[in-house]
Amino acid sequence: MSQTKPLNVEYNYSVVRLFAITTVLWGIVGMVVGVLLAAQLYWPALNFDIPWLTYSRLRPLHTNAVIFAFGTSALFATCYYVVQRTCQTRLFAEKLAMFTFWGWQTIIVAAAITLPLGMSQSKEYAELEWPIDILITIVWVSFAIVFFGTLVKRKTSHIYVANWFYGGFIITVAALHIVNSMVVPLNLFKSYSIYAGAVDAMVQWWYGHNAVGFLLTAGFLGMMYYFVPKQAGRPVYSYRLSIVHFWALIALYIWAGPHHLHYTALPDWTQSLGMVMSIVLFVPSWGGMINGIMTLSGAWHKLKTDPILRFLIVSLSFYGMSTFEGPMMAIKSVNALSHYTDWTVGHVHSGALGWVAMISIGAMYHLIPVVYNKVGMYSTKLINTHFWLHTIGVVLYIVAMWISGIMQGMMWRAVNTDGTLTYSFVQSLEASMPFYLMRFIGGVFVVAGMLIMAYNVYKTVRSKDEVAQAVPVTA
Amino acid sequence: MSSFWSAWIIVLTLPVLIGCFILLRWNLTNYVGVPEDETTGHEVDGLEEVNNPLPKWWTYMFYGTLIWSVFYLAAYPGLGNWPGFLNWTSSNQGIKNLEESRAAVLQAKAEGKTVQLDIENEVAAATYGPVFQQFANRDVLDLAYDADALKIGQRLFLQNCALCHGSDARGQRGYPNLTDNDWLYGGSPDKIKETLLYGRRAAMPGWGAALGEQGIKEMTAYVLSLSGRTVNDQLASAGKAKFGMCAACHGADGKGSVAHNLPFGAPNLTNNIWLYGGTAAAIEETLIQGRYGVMPAFKDTLGEDKVHILTAYVYRLSNPEDLR
Repeated sequence: MSQTKPLNVEYNYSVVRLFAITTVLWGIVGMVVGVLLAAQLYWPALNFDIPWLTYSRLRPLHTNAVIFAFGTSALFATCYYVVQRTCQTRLFAEKLAMFTFWGWQTIIVAAAITLPLGMSQSKEYAELEWPIDILITIVWVSFAIVFFGTLVKRKTSHIYVANWFYGGFIITVAALHIVNSMVVPLNLFKSYSIYAGAVDAMVQWWYGHNAVGFLLTAGFLGMMYYFVPKQAGRPVYSYRLSIVHFWALIALYIWAGPHHLHYTALPDWTQSLGMVMSIVLFVPSWGGMINGIMTLSGAWHKLKTDPILRFLIVSLSFYGMSTFEGPMMAIKSVNALSHYTDWTVGHVHSGALGWVAMISIGAMYHLIPVVYNKVGMYSTKLINTHFWLHTIGVVLYIVAMWISGIMQGMMWRAVNTDGTLTYSFVQSLEASMPFYLMRFIGGVFVVAGMLIMAYNVYKTVRSKDEVAQAVPVTA
Repeated sequence: MSSFWSAWIIVLTLPVLIGCFILLRWNLTNYVGVPEDETTGHEVDGLEEVNNPLPKWWTYMFYGTLIWSVFYLAAYPGLGNWPGFLNWTSSNQGIKNLEESRAAVLQAKAEGKTVQLDIENEVAAATYGPVFQQFANRDVLDLAYDADALKIGQRLFLQNCALCHGSDARGQRGYPNLTDNDWLYGGSPDKIKETLLYGRRAAMPGWGAALGEQGIKEMTAYVLSLSGRTVNDQLASAGKAKFGMCAACHGADGKGSVAHNLPFGAPNLTNNIWLYGGTAAAIEETLIQGRYGVMPAFKDTLGEDKVHILTAYVYRLSNPEDLR
């Protein structure tokens, strides 16, 4: 469609390029650590008795690397790209935008050093110690200034739907991060939460679930609303659906945290409310999936030839699947079976590898040639190979975790005729071993795909196939 | 929770659900100003949006979950202090000890409350209680060689004891091996049952300050010599001179409490079985810091019937032959 329409503004792509490249780089690092962890669960000796390489320290490194280094780099890259193009204007405060890049990289490197050293606030997805937390706050507020500043100076009357999601995600993540990271510092490397007991747990999962809801869902829905219609060359399916599901999604998500604490010391009323809101949330979540997939109506044939579109659409299928699975697992009686098992791990990865990674990879394949002014990616065939490696890897991973998780849940609750438990914990662990191997193999597929991506990106950036006429600039 | 916080929760919850309902109703009407199936007219960077209606099946799902949410919050606790019309609660929250718990169970019953945990405990006692009761009147020595009792005993052991003593019951550092017939408090069925029911608290005092550095060296040498190790004789005899302070619990010959019918749980120092390690360094550490091992009491957690069967299982571990 109008993809070739000449634009009358020159955009700032330098910061987009940097974030796009680090997306690929940190994606590989984070996923390689993940594969090492998967291997350690099968071959425990792989920590080599070195404290820095133990599961307990590498696990937060893996989650921080994939969520905050890979995923958030992709969000920065696409957000800066999308907000400029849909506001038809250059970024506001460009130097500040560049600061967000170097600031964010500093945070990632600091995380990569401190987590293996065992420095941790021991809150899931919020492990980084307080000096790093302060830097995160500064970078994030700068991000908000750049984003909202650009929105303010937009040259369009309308704020495009992708920007609603980006805006919602930036504001909420700031609030979540600041509230959950409130600590009393003991020294530079150690601090204690200002909250205690069940309140601390609730604040942590209010943060934890909304890191999923706003960073890994709302942010990536912003990405979806730009790259899916753009790559498909089709208009967004329903404007009104986007309005309902946006407002309902952000209103409901913020309540869902307590479902991480079912059957704990959390009061009954909190558990019930968390469960109710989680279940209602299912419908607006699917609103996003419907709006993305239905955007393809009239262009389904493009899936046959365009592996980038395939990445984007399959990511939406995984999104739909995990947002169905999530509310089901939030039901207390289902949770009684699924909680603390590998099922949770599988659910997270169908969201993280299926939805977040695939939509990011698709978006990167779309935007990298544009920001480097190339005619296209170096090899469409390699994108296709990446697509299949990734898809097979994710399916192996989540199927392994489903079987293992449900089996664990069943084994843990099985009782003999005398009421004693049938299996000891170790027996359930033994039974899981084949599935840990299967998960490891799935992970290897995913990493192999990422390495192919890196090669493809390298060849694209170095290629001489530049777009013949540069974007015309009008003063 | 105070009525302020209760109201706070309700005031935040209901508008979200009602708001979702209004949002849905509002978007079922075409307020966009263009006919349905046409684009809205906003175009930016080649992106357009169609003014399609909301999918019907999706709309019905939204109605369905909203209606269900209202029903659930009416039935169960959720809206602040509202207990729900089913009067259900997961447990007697705020209970600090067993007495309070028993009182709370009675009170909840009197109030007609459904307390999930109490019901489950009752059902479990009614269903499984008789299984254990049938063994309660039989002698431990009898049960120790009864296949059915042992099967139950093993499961109880794996779930309650294996964490410290290991699945094979051979113990680990600080937790005694239960298969070697070396006992701290006695290995008769009665003694084992006593240990299980009421727990044990060992108290080996630290002698670092009293003995001094040289004294610790001497005592270590003497303790090592008790189990036949080659040591510096001079140090050992100096240690022996001070052994009186140890003899109160370990006996003058170091053979431990059980050998002297004493109740202290002090180990035999002559048989080369060590709870915290038998190297010179480990013994020195024990002498300087003392050791305070704890075996928890299982009377309240498991109840006497289960402990009875468990006693037979533990007895059998070091008495494989039926000698009756």
